[in-house]
Amino acid sequence: MTMQLTHSVSLTPPADKARARASAAAAGIRTEPKLVRIAVITLAVLFLTVFVVLPLVVVFAQAFSKGIAAYLAALSEPEAQSAIRLTLLVAAISVGLNLLFGVIAAWAIAKFEFNGKTFLISLIDLPFSVSPVISGLVFVLLFGAQGYWGAWLREHDIQILFAVPGIVLATTFVTFPFVARALIPLMQEQGTQEEEAAISLGASGLQTFFRVTLPNIKWGVLYGVLLCNARAMGEFGAVSVVSGHIRGETNTMPLFVEILYNEYQFVAAFGIASLLAMLALVTLVIKAILERHLDEGQP
Amino acid sequence: MGLTLTWLSVIVLIPLAGLFLRTLELSPEQFWSILSSRRTLNALRISFGLAFAAACVNLVMGTIIVWALVRYRFPGRRLFDAIVDVPFALPTAVAGVALTALFAEKGWLGAPLAELGVKVAFTPIGIFVAMVFIGIPFVVRTVQPVLLDLDPEIEEAAACLGANRWHTIVRVILPSLTPALLTGLALAFARAVGEYGSVIFIAGNLPNVSEIAPLLIVIRLSEFRYADATAIAVVMLVVSFVIIFAVNRLQRWARSRIPAD
Repeated sequence: MTMQLTHSVSLTPPADKARARASAAAAGIRTEPKLVRIAVITLAVLFLTVFVVLPLVVVFAQAFSKGIAAYLAALSEPEAQSAIRLTLLVAAISVGLNLLFGVIAAWAIAKFEFNGKTFLISLIDLPFSVSPVISGLVFVLLFGAQGYWGAWLREHDIQILFAVPGIVLATTFVTFPFVARALIPLMQEQGTQEEEAAISLGASGLQTFFRVTLPNIKWGVLYGVLLCNARAMGEFGAVSVVSGHIRGETNTMPLFVEILYNEYQFVAAFGIASLLAMLALVTLVIKAILERHLDEGQP
Repeated sequence: MGLTLTWLSVIVLIPLAGLFLRTLELSPEQFWSILSSRRTLNALRISFGLAFAAACVNLVMGTIIVWALVRYRFPGRRLFDAIVDVPFALPTAVAGVALTALFAEKGWLGAPLAELGVKVAFTPIGIFVAMVFIGIPFVVRTVQPVLLDLDPEIEEAAACLGANRWHTIVRVILPSLTPALLTGLALAFARAVGEYGSVIFIAGNLPNVSEIAPLLIVIRLSEFRYADATAIAVVMLVVSFVIIFAVNRLQRWARSRIPAD
């Protein structure tokens, strides 16, 4: 707690320098003059208030600007309902797929040694650094009318683009790294001793996984799923490119926000936006709780 | 293992490979004429230029924020620490409409700014504001663990050897934070370059003035000019690969700087 102390070197009289330094080294040396501290805190708080707190407040202020009745009416529109349903469906599928893959990938990377491991990790990270629009574009190039498999798909009457499968694919792409990235460091730290012990005591591979590995990583799994879900429900750019914006059919909640906003239906737009903002806030609260559990798990 | 690779290929590698194959179908002249068209060049310049400016603001403000959060105690500190993550968690479309409402001419911040003669929404300044917003967490979150782990003894040693506080910060603390600061800068830049959702609402989207590269990709796609969209996408993709590579090197550099005691 040294930073709470207010002494600073410059404020002590120069007469007794040696003693001043000794006591400073013991106490308030790792801090700045009070004026500097106040300035830094004010700047930080002001910046975060303007750029983060105010936008959040605006969402709710606009959503309730015509009263609660108008807010509830906007959310119970059939198109709003179908957007909410589609978002939940897409998130459930993408999170499920990435959960399954993420656990397997993290397990392969953490528990086994093989060549090109670092390369594989960078590949898993790839979707994080690709623009969401490009994430959507790659699927248009594959499945679109002029795409590689577009003609074949049309012959067989399979609709991927501008339909739910395309939205699921694009969402899965952008949320690909979350679960694996949450688990890899955790599993690497835990090593393989417990699994080896279980196997040598006669447990089968699956038994080892469900009875030994999974309980050890459960908080990490939840953490990955949480972040994966937040991104899946909120993804805009990638989904926007592949969805075709068909009202009531391929509109997820973020896309519906855009449409309503462009039609100047501000109460409805910010109403849906407020649901997504609440999702973000709840995600952050649960994340803080999970982080505490993960810290406790550390030796 | 095989399963991992298969899944990775299906979801990530094949789609990305498709993008590069598409580009190879273009002749070099075609590729060049798309990229050197005025509208494309301007979109790329706007995206990269403003993203870099925003990342620099994030570097400075991120350093100030992380310093306040780690070194000082003030009411609401834990709350503000949690708030730093909001740009990560808030869906980009929501951030976009919220920032637009805030900075529009009749908005809470837009109105006073308009009186000063500054127009933010529907101008390049609006793009810059949105890019600053989404870049906030990167510098803070990459520097925070390093600053927390910093050994207090080296600061005390510097002070005991007669360095004043400013010297200690500039000569002792900042150099140990440099790799983390640069990593944060690179990540914020990469995110801002590719950002779409939070920017398009506030940007105004005038070609050559406030049209970002990702939006131009979307426009070209809606015009069925796939070649144009692909060429712009490849340029952006190559830049993000270079950034990932640079970040990985930075991390290795940071690790090599930890004394082996």
